[in-house]
Amino acid sequence: MWSYLVRRLLLASVAIAGVLVIVFFLSHVIPGDPVGAILGPQAPQDLIDDLRQRYGLDRPLYEQFVRFVERLAHGDLGTSLATKRPVIRDLIEFFPATIELATASILLGVVVGVSVGVISAVTHGRWIDHAVRFFSLIGLSMPVFWLGLILLYIFYFKFGLLPGPGQLDVFLTRPPFVTGMVLVDSLIARDFDTFGNAIHHLWLPAIVLGSHALVGIARITRASMLEVLGLDYIKVARAKGLAERTVVFKHALRNALLPIITVIGIYYGGLLEGAVLTETVFSWPGLGRYATSAILSQDFAAIMGVTILIALIFSLANLVVDLAYGILNPKIRYE
Amino acid sequence: MSRTATTDAALLAQGARDRARTRSLMWRTLRNPLSMIGMIIIGLLVLVAAAAPLIATEDPLQTNVAERLAPPSRAHFFGTDTLGRDIFSRVIYGSRISLRIAILTAVIATVIGAPVGIVAGYFRGRLDDIAMRVTDMFMAFPRLILAMAIAAALRPTLENVVIAISLAAWPAYARLARSMTLGLREENFVEAARALGASPPRILARHVLPGVMSPLIIQISLDMGGIILTAAGLGFIGFGAQPPTPEWGVMISEGRNYITTQWWVSTFPGIAIALTVLGFNLLGDGVRDVLDPRLRGRIGA
Repeated sequence: MWSYLVRRLLLASVAIAGVLVIVFFLSHVIPGDPVGAILGPQAPQDLIDDLRQRYGLDRPLYEQFVRFVERLAHGDLGTSLATKRPVIRDLIEFFPATIELATASILLGVVVGVSVGVISAVTHGRWIDHAVRFFSLIGLSMPVFWLGLILLYIFYFKFGLLPGPGQLDVFLTRPPFVTGMVLVDSLIARDFDTFGNAIHHLWLPAIVLGSHALVGIARITRASMLEVLGLDYIKVARAKGLAERTVVFKHALRNALLPIITVIGIYYGGLLEGAVLTETVFSWPGLGRYATSAILSQDFAAIMGVTILIALIFSLANLVVDLAYGILNPKIRYE
Repeated sequence: MSRTATTDAALLAQGARDRARTRSLMWRTLRNPLSMIGMIIIGLLVLVAAAAPLIATEDPLQTNVAERLAPPSRAHFFGTDTLGRDIFSRVIYGSRISLRIAILTAVIATVIGAPVGIVAGYFRGRLDDIAMRVTDMFMAFPRLILAMAIAAALRPTLENVVIAISLAAWPAYARLARSMTLGLREENFVEAARALGASPPRILARHVLPGVMSPLIIQISLDMGGIILTAAGLGFIGFGAQPPTPEWGVMISEGRNYITTQWWVSTFPGIAIALTVLGFNLLGDGVRDVLDPRLRGRIGA
């Protein structure tokens, strides 16, 4: 188990190193001129040169890369050209909102997805099962950003059941920054109105972002449950006269969980991708929106910072999945 | 010499059997009602794309400010957008763009991925290690983020969207091709070809490639919907096709600010995307169901 862990960690770090190289060279292939974009076309040449020098943009590429890795080792991701602040500070500010959204989405996806999957498996072949399969395919086919717009239209504009875009109502002030997550911070500040409002605001984006994960989890749960429900020990449990509920939840679901946990990890990493689109639709102050504006304004340092962070989390999620697999299934204890 | 010829004939016969199996696979896929529906949707889409000028009622780029944001009516089936362009005609023409992106991406990703995977899997060793670490790096990114970065680096145009998504997609195909090749290189017919002195390029092209292609095609048909969604997402956030191109993602983004009052601007292109992706998903599910009968009616939810 330990050697497996070390091996996996090594592999993950090789991948991350590769990510650094790809990201660095990619962001330096961008044909635009970031300094020109900031100063505007009328800027005097010496001012442009000065700024280029200050950000090290006048050095050869490999030199910039070496310096970049050196600074990275010290936790320094450089300064964002757009916000004029250290990228690491930007990330600390924007990342919690994404974590909050992604976690809410995956919770929703797991709770609803597993329930729907179990129901579908238990009613195998009946109309409930067919309806679930039909709607899950429809759900998988909808673009998340479009689903977001449609839900905003229905729940916000049409019926006013849920609030519009943003993390809080505009007249509410954010609680003091502790973790950066509004839900957690408002609890720490004992500001329950803000907490309630934040929950209200979280519903729609979480549903939208979680929709694909939900469908995926429901499908895997259904397949996994059907597989397990057909096994002999379930027949034995039924023959013993156990209540159907006990058979389904205690005997079947527990063993069906393994593949479900694998996809949960994979979907959590994938949520970061959907976050870009969902955050755009819901004006959510998270990493996705930060990434979008960084790429649009050709903000090298910010682009690299975001991509590295996302790649890190992505690899970490995969790592956790692999390890969880080993822990949960004694049959696959890695040599 | 003659011996080589007979063995080659035997090997070709094996290839013909493979092709026959592929044909019956298609036949069985089409017998499944859900994949039949998928096939019909895709067929209609191809038809619409091919006959777009005949179906569209107006020029998709023709602006008409006097009739801007008109609701759906007899004159404009899906209404008009902010510049008075006919949304129905734009949705119709948009099918061409989505299909082109999907097909080109599938072709490019396969053309990069299959050779890398086959060569890595056949020769193993150092080459294999390097190839697999490179795919690891690419796969450490979420696909959309990587495509965003590439599309931005290359300037956002339709062609670059294709390049971006292909670059993000090929590693998965390389992995698949490699794992198939690992099995194939131990097969008798490949070993026979090797024993007869066939050159590695010949073995790879004539004996390994055909065996790798069908699982690749199945995987691609499963990914097609995802490719279209990614392309639309790129268009929506501004990294893909640019206005005034009638690309569905761009059209949804153009209607974003009017969703409260003029719902039709974003709604119809969204339905077009959902239908197209549904078609590909149904078809892909059907193909997989047939391939893995153990899962029939199970995963194919």
